[in-house]
Amino acid sequence: MNRRHFNNLLGMGTAGLMLPSLPSLGRNVDPAVLLETGLDVAVKKRLADAALNAAKAKGATYTDVRIGRYLNQFVVTREDKVQNIVNTESYGVGVRVIANGCWGFAAVVDAKNETDMARAAEQAVAIAKANAKLLKEPVQLAPQKGYGEVSWKAPIQKNAFEVPIKEKVDLLLGVNASAMKNGANYVNSVLFMVNEQKYFASTDGTYADQDIHRIWPIFNVTCIDKTSGKFETRNALSSPMGMGYEYLQVNPADKVTGITTRYNKGYDMLEDVTAAAQQAKQKLSAKSVEAGKYDLVLDPSHLWLTIHESVGHPLELDRVLGYEANFAGTSFATLDKWQSKNFQYGSKLVNLVADKKQIGSLGAVGYDDEGVATKNWDLVRDGVLVNYQAIRDQAAIIGEKESHGCCYADSWGTVQFQRMPNVSLEAGKTPLSVQDMIKDVKKGIYIVGDGSFSIDQQRYNFQFGGQLYYEIKDGQIAGMLKDVAYQSNTQEFWNSCTAICDERDYRLGGSFFDGKGQPSQSSAVSHGSSTARFNGVNVINTGRKI
Amino acid sequence: MAIILTEAEAKTLLQKVLSYSKADECEANLSGDVSGNIRYARNAVSTSGSRANQNLVVQSAFGKKVGVATIDEFDDASLEKVVRRAEELARLAPENPEHMPVLGPQTYLKSNGSFQSTANLSADARADAVAKSLALMGPQNLTAAGFMEDVHAYRAMMNSKGLFAYYPFTNVNFSLTVRTADGKGSGYVTRGYSDVNKLDTASLTRIAAQKAVASASAVALEPGKYTVILEATAAAVLMEQLFFNMDARSADEGRSFLSKPGGKTKLGEKIVDPRVTIYSDPTNAELPGSPWSGDGQAQERVTWIDKGVVRNMAYSRYWAQKQGKKPVPFPSNVIMAGGTASLEDMIKSTQRGILVTKLWYIREVDPQTLLNTGLTRDGTFYIENGKIKHAVKNFRFNESPVIMLNNLETLGKPERVVSTESDSNYLLPAMKIREFTFSSLSEAV
Repeated sequence: MNRRHFNNLLGMGTAGLMLPSLPSLGRNVDPAVLLETGLDVAVKKRLADAALNAAKAKGATYTDVRIGRYLNQFVVTREDKVQNIVNTESYGVGVRVIANGCWGFAAVVDAKNETDMARAAEQAVAIAKANAKLLKEPVQLAPQKGYGEVSWKAPIQKNAFEVPIKEKVDLLLGVNASAMKNGANYVNSVLFMVNEQKYFASTDGTYADQDIHRIWPIFNVTCIDKTSGKFETRNALSSPMGMGYEYLQVNPADKVTGITTRYNKGYDMLEDVTAAAQQAKQKLSAKSVEAGKYDLVLDPSHLWLTIHESVGHPLELDRVLGYEANFAGTSFATLDKWQSKNFQYGSKLVNLVADKKQIGSLGAVGYDDEGVATKNWDLVRDGVLVNYQAIRDQAAIIGEKESHGCCYADSWGTVQFQRMPNVSLEAGKTPLSVQDMIKDVKKGIYIVGDGSFSIDQQRYNFQFGGQLYYEIKDGQIAGMLKDVAYQSNTQEFWNSCTAICDERDYRLGGSFFDGKGQPSQSSAVSHGSSTARFNGVNVINTGRKI
Repeated sequence: MAIILTEAEAKTLLQKVLSYSKADECEANLSGDVSGNIRYARNAVSTSGSRANQNLVVQSAFGKKVGVATIDEFDDASLEKVVRRAEELARLAPENPEHMPVLGPQTYLKSNGSFQSTANLSADARADAVAKSLALMGPQNLTAAGFMEDVHAYRAMMNSKGLFAYYPFTNVNFSLTVRTADGKGSGYVTRGYSDVNKLDTASLTRIAAQKAVASASAVALEPGKYTVILEATAAAVLMEQLFFNMDARSADEGRSFLSKPGGKTKLGEKIVDPRVTIYSDPTNAELPGSPWSGDGQAQERVTWIDKGVVRNMAYSRYWAQKQGKKPVPFPSNVIMAGGTASLEDMIKSTQRGILVTKLWYIREVDPQTLLNTGLTRDGTFYIENGKIKHAVKNFRFNESPVIMLNNLETLGKPERVVSTESDSNYLLPAMKIREFTFSSLSEAV
């Protein structure tokens, strides 16, 4: 996950509140512009054809064109103040070609006519030819049929951009007021809303027009003990979702009650912030954890990030092959382990699936950014590693006849490459509730919410924190803990999974800003799971004095 | 019109923008960027690209009601449209009690951050630079994955009180990971320059290759507290955690490592070893920075930590006014003064310790203490009796830069480095630290 974007957007990084300076966001616009429909699909086809033809004329053997309009709205508040309301629009075109067997890419802002399109195409071909001399083997694309003119729209109920800004401001200021009333010293809250309008065309004969929506309401509550000078925070237990404003409509059926309320497809921000203020205060006097081995009970609001880092990333085929060696790293899940057909990634209970179609998820689209219809596939079945995530220029390497359809670029101005689909842990097949799971734990910690996260470049060794930690003693919750982080090794951790709650507890978490690539690109991805138990995990105490 | 405007062209364009304003106050920020990159992996080029972008941001204010609008087309009609749009948004906006009036004309230091050599880089020149790197892989059967990215850009601003500022700059960052054929050794190098003529991809490639070969037979050591020598690239990612947290408001509010009980801060107090001095200076020839901040404030030489004592924190204009202090913008560069020791000197004087060449995946664990976690990567070595004995397997650490700088043994000479976390360039030294906390082992290479 790309922490810099997150901090900046939350207004807490050094560049806090300088939202327009984030290059990927585009220009500021009137909120009314966010409701405009953008270019007509017939115009986009004409423009795309201009680029396809220009590239071919210059010698390209394959070309794809992405015409993108990216809309963002951010409402940023703290306590009783609106700090920033940002509406951005970014429109441009990216053309990718293969010429002399080599990839080339060029992007042009605001391309609105055939001349602009041809210019981008010609530049992409020129770059491909300049670089072809450094090539060892020509790029091989998995065959892909053209789908003709197709479209896909995220099945949202309420376009967030249609909701008046005043309603959003009132919601956030209400959230902040509730936090302050319940004992918070400070509160920041933010609503992010995204709409990607993407048009894809390729020389394979696909013209795909897509409309994608995402939303993320978040807050951060701080409580300070003035005497000791200690402070504690509690972040929202919301998830970023591939949904419209309906995510903020409170529905009792979407609430998961227990030690603290968690949320499924509808988020009660006011209720969560009220609990957060009380819990941040409680954390100040919580018991500092004693380091040692514990059985961990991990809520989906926490486990999604562990899945993301220890399963999602190591099974990216470009990492396995070495294409990300200079930045994100390679992977412990090497081809020989997969080829052995018996590499025990996790215990027999563990089934991990890749998915680009799940409704409400961040990764759902109809077609990926190289024109492949999306699908689902297994990564780990009954604990055994069975597959990776691959795109068109990698499929042949793992003996697949076609791409998995998980190619993505975060903007018209960046080149598409293999990105993580939704990767989720399947729910347990036998009925099991969280209460029943906890009942069996003698010495454990129940963790809710995501916190600090770090993992090595081959995805062996990781360390995770959370938002809320509860001690479990002899099957009972014994009280709140603080200064908790757990460390483990990916294979050891997933093999220590001894129980997974059933589908009644299944929820999505996710990352709005997953970073990968050079120049770095961010993508949004969901990870679903039910609460799961991991035995004998090493817990450290993170308390220090300076 | 070209993407990169000269000072005179930028001034003319901004004057035109302001001539359309009917608001109480108007401020316009103008920018242009031309960037190019090339990426390689598995000893061949993978992806590459170019991008040209320009942008005009107009901020209009009626009292404390502020609107911001942006455009990237610069014909007269577009310029007038963006000013009108900013004014409409300002009229609709809620009052921002923290809005500060725009500044009048300022005097800025001179900083030379733009080099024609870098501005002239072509796709062919980038490919040639990479070819020199790849040429060194064959003899030792090594595998390279690298990235080179250059930018030629300018920033300019003008407001209705007569402030005008202009700053052109160039930068090139190069990074490279070299791995041995058996996947057991990995070495890394990264450098950033304003002038691409200083970039020598062949000699940098030799550094990464040497580390890859030397790290191939790593031995596992027990985690625990060790004396470490952090090469400057490794030190940068921990040090920037401290730089990022120098905000006065967070400290005054009681939620920073610089806060103290009872609403006080550590300003004026010694927090680290007296040999630690950290400052910013936009005129530094080795690491030039913009002489003005995005809101037009002059970037001056500011000492943040002087001989271990906190001398300055960053005050936004709003917070400075509220607290009765002088505003201090976040700096455009950060420099840490060093000592005289070479890396070899530091190794020679170490009885038992670890040489760390790179740190990876740094994340804050506790904002109160700046405790961070992360791992060593791409070349970690055991030192015994003043000599490098052998490579060691990577460690996870849990350490705070504040604790680390209290355990300082020796400082090296400052050098320009690139943060592998934020891509920011810094001038800072390698450092020897005692009792650095490694908490577990990693199998990762």
